[in-house]
Amino acid sequence: MSATTHMNDLGSPHSGLPGTNQSKVAAALGSRRKRSDLIAKALCYSATTIALVVLFAILATLIWLGARGFGLHVFTNVTRPPGSGGGLLNAIVGSLIQTFLGVIIGTPIGLLVGTYLAEYAQGTLLGNAVRFVSDVLLSAPSILIGLFAYQILVAPFGGFSGFAGVAALAVIVIPIVVRTTEDMLTLIPNSLREAAVALGAPKWKSIVLICYRAAMNGIATGVLLAIARVAGETAPLLFTSLGNLNWSVDMTQPMSSLPVTIYQYAGSAFDDWVQLAWVGALLITFGVLFINIIARVVLRRRS
Amino acid sequence: MASDAEHIVKSFENELNRLRAQITEMGGMVELQVVNACQSVVARDQDAATATVTMDPKVDEAEREIEQFVIRLLALRQPMAADLRHIVAALKITGDLERMGDYAANVAKRSVVLQQFSLPFSLSGLAHMGELVQENLKTIIDAIGEANIEKALEVWRSDERIDDIYNALFRELVTYMMEDPRNITPCTHLLFIAKNLERIGDHATNIAETLYYAVTGENLTSARPKGDMSAYAVVRTGRE
Amino acid sequence: MSETNQQSATTEGVNQMAMMEPTSSANLNEPRIAIRNIDFYYGTNKALKGINLDLPARQVTGMIGPSGCGKSTLLRVLNRMYDLYPGQRAEGQAMMDGDNIIDPKVDLNRLRSKIGMVFQKPTPFPMSIYNNIAFGVKLHEKLSKAEMDERVEWSLTRAALWGEVKDRLNAPAGGMSGGQQQRLCIARTIAVRPSVILFDEPTSALDPISTLKIEELIDELKSEFTIAIVTHNMQQAARCADQVAFFYLGEMVEVGTATQMFTAPREKRTQEYITGRFG
Repeated sequence: MSATTHMNDLGSPHSGLPGTNQSKVAAALGSRRKRSDLIAKALCYSATTIALVVLFAILATLIWLGARGFGLHVFTNVTRPPGSGGGLLNAIVGSLIQTFLGVIIGTPIGLLVGTYLAEYAQGTLLGNAVRFVSDVLLSAPSILIGLFAYQILVAPFGGFSGFAGVAALAVIVIPIVVRTTEDMLTLIPNSLREAAVALGAPKWKSIVLICYRAAMNGIATGVLLAIARVAGETAPLLFTSLGNLNWSVDMTQPMSSLPVTIYQYAGSAFDDWVQLAWVGALLITFGVLFINIIARVVLRRRS
Repeated sequence: MASDAEHIVKSFENELNRLRAQITEMGGMVELQVVNACQSVVARDQDAATATVTMDPKVDEAEREIEQFVIRLLALRQPMAADLRHIVAALKITGDLERMGDYAANVAKRSVVLQQFSLPFSLSGLAHMGELVQENLKTIIDAIGEANIEKALEVWRSDERIDDIYNALFRELVTYMMEDPRNITPCTHLLFIAKNLERIGDHATNIAETLYYAVTGENLTSARPKGDMSAYAVVRTGRE
Repeated sequence: MSETNQQSATTEGVNQMAMMEPTSSANLNEPRIAIRNIDFYYGTNKALKGINLDLPARQVTGMIGPSGCGKSTLLRVLNRMYDLYPGQRAEGQAMMDGDNIIDPKVDLNRLRSKIGMVFQKPTPFPMSIYNNIAFGVKLHEKLSKAEMDERVEWSLTRAALWGEVKDRLNAPAGGMSGGQQQRLCIARTIAVRPSVILFDEPTSALDPISTLKIEELIDELKSEFTIAIVTHNMQQAARCADQVAFFYLGEMVEVGTATQMFTAPREKRTQEYITGRFG
């Protein structure tokens, strides 16, 4: 008996309103929602369009101006005085060496610091301090890092060197890798760590064998980001490896690099140098794009 | 039922209450049957006998309804602990009540036969037995409604008295039969009537035991003295 | 209590005890783990208060109670999972093979190889099915390739999964269904050959059929392993467990055989919880 009266009670708020009035209110509310939905959608689309237009304008300019000077000589000839058919070989090789070494040195350090932050220092004072410093470093102007490397590795040893350039790039790599490593490790559910530990795995094994594996994609993306970032850095190299117009793979000597060469050539008064600067820019852009695509394909296949 | 706290699922609480109401309602019907049956014998009341017999299908119908309801509760609510005990107890109790109703109907039918005989002796013993049985039945049905173990234990213990009276009645009726063979037919019917009343009392104690388990979760052991000694009774004639 | 009731208690008392005996403890084996006066703290918050409980060998102990009552905490005490988190500590005794599990000197990795755990959500490692199982085994034993193959097959068979995955042992474990993943986690746990397995709500993320498969598995596993299972599903505890313990607010209110707990619990709080009359 009481159950049936209860049901009636529940039904009353609806039956109390006249049906027509209720549907009018609902219709009014519905049209207002539809309108705001439309506005929001329009804003999103136009913002996306702006971004895409800018991006394609840059790419088009780059390809338009870069492709014209493209040729085998870019890869076979080193930089030469204006008008003598120079290429970018020394800059390309220099960039590859410095980027590669910078990432090789910076990644393990970043990885370990990130691991420390995510796995060992959650909530500790030291951990928070390290995280804060790393974040500051991440957003620090890169010219500052160049100056720092200059002060420590160039001034005391009396000359610009490839080593100093590598060191500066490594310093840029570290906070990027720290950030992504920590983020990716924090995203791993605790239950996965506990599952490994519950089988009798010591903590380091559960981190190295389980967590790194689970966070692999994210960490790799972080490293790629770092590569892309340092491959295009000019400012820290200006004060460290300086640039070299001649062929040199001696790390103790000034070393050429694409961004610095672009910087020097683009502002020059010689047309063929300006042309080479565009080619260099095209190379960096597509090099980074290429690395990204390769890595994505490889990682997708692995997972 | 037994717990003070309300069930979280209100509809389940309502269903449990409904189950209890159905049992007490059925109990009321059987109680009326027994009262009428006793009345039909002791007061030679033809209407009471008819009422008892016509009530029987209704009691059977009530039993079927409760059985269906119990099966539904078991399937849909998957009751545990006290709820489970109460629901299973409901099934057993209705079975007992239905048997009681059958015995009452049988008593009523025999009362119709008895009316063709004039009895040269008083039925006060039987009347007393009937009163005790009715009282026990009323108490046990109250006990069901209140989930009251004290009342259940009261019924459980007092059954011995009914058995005692039954034994006495047995000897008394056998004696009448020996005195005058013309008494054999009515006395045999009266014996069966007494036996039926005694059985009704037994079922009341069954219900008491079921109820005790439902409420406490413990078994009332079968240590209760079995009072029906008539199986061993030998009444000898004085001539020997 | 009335006088009549008192009287019944005394006269029936002896009889009653004799009747109750088979359903109360005689069906339970000797304890594999004996928990005595365990207290547990999350920082200053006392989450377990003087727990006493025996886990009978090669039988299933079900732990029930409302959320936050401490039942999962007790599981995490038994394999020292709480050691991962600073600020959590346990006091008291949990004796297994003559050693106190709670003792700080206990070798945790060895302890955890003896007391395995299966979690609420399936946690397959991001590697192949085969390696998921080999991972735990490699931590404790040096096996040849053939021995490892054999162990993987044994544990997968034991976990009723071999037939479903024997053709794709090198496929990533993440591609299996939820129920299969959970059985893989069980296989992974038994591959280490523990003697005790702790289940922390192992089926709460699974569909009913997968749940029944896990329950069937638990029933089979108890011939070899001592099992403790925390569950929110009372019917599950009723189906799986030989012994059931009811926890409330960090205390163990009552323990008894599953039959006794689900037909006639002694404590009022147990009764109210089991019949759904809480609070």
